[in-house]
Amino acid sequence: MMTVGDMHGKDVMMSDLKYWIWLGSLVSATPAKKYRLLQHFADPALVWEASEAELAASGLCTKKLVLRLVDKATRKESEKALESVKKCDADIITIYDKAYPELLRHIADPPLVLYCRGRLEPDEMCMAVVGSRRATFYGLDMAKRLSRELAEHGVTIVSGMARGIDSRAHRGALEAGGRTIAVLGCGIDMAYPPENRGLMEEIIRHGAVISEYLPGTEPSRYNFPARNRIISGMSHGVTIVEAGEKSGSLITADYALEQGRDVFAVPGNINSCSSRGTNRLIRDGAKIVTCVGDILDELNISHDTKNTYGGANRAALMKLGREEKTIAQRLLNGPVHLDVISRDCGISVQMASSILLMLELSGFVEQLPGKYYRLVE
Amino acid sequence: MYSKIISCGILGIDGYIVEIETDISNGLPAFDIVGLGDTAVREARERVRSAVKNSGYEFPLKKITLNMAPANIKKEGSSFDLAIALGILAASGQISQSAVKNSMFIGELSLDGEIKPVKGVLPMAICAHRNGTRFLFLPEANAKEASVVKELRIIPVKDLRETAAVVNGELGIRCYEDAGDDIVPVYSDTVDFADVKGQENAKRALEVAASGGHNCLMLGSPGCGKTMLARRLPTILPSMTFEEALEVTKIHSIAGILPKGMSLVNTRPFRCPHHSISDTGLVGGGSIPKPGEISLAHYGVLFLDELPEFSKKALEALRQPLEDGVITITRVNASITYPARTTLICAANPCRCGHFLDGPGKCTCTPRQIQQYLGRLSGPLLDRLDIQVEVMPVKYSELESDKYVETSPEIRKRVERTRKIQLERYKGLGIYSNSQLQPAMFSKFCRLDRKCRSILRDVFDRLGMSARAHSRILKVARTIADMDMSEDIRPVHLTEAIQYRSLDRRAWHL
Repeated sequence: MMTVGDMHGKDVMMSDLKYWIWLGSLVSATPAKKYRLLQHFADPALVWEASEAELAASGLCTKKLVLRLVDKATRKESEKALESVKKCDADIITIYDKAYPELLRHIADPPLVLYCRGRLEPDEMCMAVVGSRRATFYGLDMAKRLSRELAEHGVTIVSGMARGIDSRAHRGALEAGGRTIAVLGCGIDMAYPPENRGLMEEIIRHGAVISEYLPGTEPSRYNFPARNRIISGMSHGVTIVEAGEKSGSLITADYALEQGRDVFAVPGNINSCSSRGTNRLIRDGAKIVTCVGDILDELNISHDTKNTYGGANRAALMKLGREEKTIAQRLLNGPVHLDVISRDCGISVQMASSILLMLELSGFVEQLPGKYYRLVE
Repeated sequence: MYSKIISCGILGIDGYIVEIETDISNGLPAFDIVGLGDTAVREARERVRSAVKNSGYEFPLKKITLNMAPANIKKEGSSFDLAIALGILAASGQISQSAVKNSMFIGELSLDGEIKPVKGVLPMAICAHRNGTRFLFLPEANAKEASVVKELRIIPVKDLRETAAVVNGELGIRCYEDAGDDIVPVYSDTVDFADVKGQENAKRALEVAASGGHNCLMLGSPGCGKTMLARRLPTILPSMTFEEALEVTKIHSIAGILPKGMSLVNTRPFRCPHHSISDTGLVGGGSIPKPGEISLAHYGVLFLDELPEFSKKALEALRQPLEDGVITITRVNASITYPARTTLICAANPCRCGHFLDGPGKCTCTPRQIQQYLGRLSGPLLDRLDIQVEVMPVKYSELESDKYVETSPEIRKRVERTRKIQLERYKGLGIYSNSQLQPAMFSKFCRLDRKCRSILRDVFDRLGMSARAHSRILKVARTIADMDMSEDIRPVHLTEAIQYRSLDRRAWHL
């Protein structure tokens, strides 16, 4: 009997793909179960052809699952599915393929098949950067900045393309001209959330969008926790940028621990609900991230970065006029509302407004919706 | 027998003389009213019949024909009752014919002969005076309103019997004497800008709006004080002149919303119609035209809360009157023009859940929903709102602070000064404030120096400002320069004006 190990590097024939899709998309079995079936039979085609008795003899299947496995209806569907995959210009990467992420191959419940748009590179250094969908400005900034700086050092950023932190992480990597991989909880033929369609196209050009779900699979709340195991599974470590108490990104952190990956967490204000989850992770032993160097050190990537966080353009600010400087200094600790700036700096609101626009035009500050201002890093 | 009594009808915001001609002839008893009266006029027959009888007079059992001249204009309302009753009494010889000359009669009759108040008395009184009438008989409750016309002798009457007695000379004429106490504007003490703590940016924006007559859009989460701010805008607008007050009172009189015992509306009106209002309700109209909310807010403030909830049709209808300051309603019989020179203040939530401005994570809307919501605001109406300002909720510490806050009269003084500068500058140009500046006038009044031009270019390039913001920015910058008593628009004025165009920025385009 062949083992999975023996099969490595053998690219699967197109005609066999039907069996892979069939077994991979079977909803009656958990990913771990399907993986063990594959280990037992070594080839999905053999599972396909196995008789009821053989399946029962494997000791892996309940009666119900055996009936599902020999059910003819599921087999027809897999042929149709193969057509639809071809149509949406996606690659099918099986666990036996060379392109299959090496780290992911060794987790307890790897997906048998990955559908992929874009390109996966062998042996890339991946870091997952994930976090809450409902993030604060701080979290969004940190996600983008850390990802950008990691990408600048050749790290591929893996994330889930969700709203908030995930999207910013992808964007940060793209900004640095680096590679990034999005792992979706739906079929790769659809953009979810819809406003990320443009982002998705860009990721495909500069990395890959992958999913274990068949094209056409609608986003469902059950799929997302499962895809988190792929995010952590294919990465060397997981960085949680911002997570509330019940954030889904904490599930990714749990998977990472199970899979033996490093967990990094970006600390937040202890009063901020949005950082409860990450702060707890740090308390429980996650590695604290105070600058990108903290992550690079663990990944054994040599770097000469210094911790410049919180020192936004300080030198340039010193050259400003007196009132400009007063206002800029008020912004050092995060976004402040115009009224508050005016009050705290003792400058009339119209004057402050005027100065802030000039600072904005010279690129020092940025206006956020609601007349909040913050320094540009 | 024939008689003629003078009464008054309303067309648009002006009164016109209506002659009530009564002819009584022999024949089968009948009572016909001709002259395009509406249902209320036709029903006057029954009221008059009972009132005449119950006042101790005889209702002639003959063929009565009553004509309201001019006979080609539709007449409405119950204000002709008194004149109709007197016409019958005069035609039947129960009161003296000669005595009713030189007098105008208005009032509604109840069945027992009592005279009830009616709408639109002020324009009627003005009409009476213009047409050389000496005496105006009217319901007691309307006397104060009419007394604004000083040259007219106002005779308030209680019931039909008293009226007939005065006409017949059995009772002495008792003219209404007005105390003349309320021509001076009184501002309500209950509403003042000093009540608003914090909100410096929003307050400044409203001061700019008041100074230049600019329309303004306030964006903010529910309960952050948009309505509170808008309510206080009339208190910093310059005091109304007598002519302005008279015009406002005329409109309010016709609409029947004049407060009891008030002769002149002496504070600027503040109208806040509910968002379920129809287009007709907003700009006026109807088969017999009535002024809409925009006319009721003439010389004052029209406040549209929850702007995106208003029907598209209603908002579209606002565009032309906002531009022209008048609204013309054309009907088969007549075309009526109502004045509509108002400052429009709109308020809206920034998104459907209302919390977009509270920072990321607070808002439950998707970016798509936010764009859809804001999309409802965009378009031509948004183009007429010169100032866009975000209003943020006030912190409790600000409510508590006893820091000195400027009062409305102090702000008003500055606003009046700025308005005066504009009035002088635009003398003879047919405009009176910066908000009315036409693009052709920009080169003369809104000239920018090199520094300003380069800032503006930068803003359009770097902040992704949309082109339609350009003329708005110039107008508002002109106002801010005037507030600063500066002849030229300087960079500091321009930059502040740019800050009042939040919605045109890329930050909002997500």
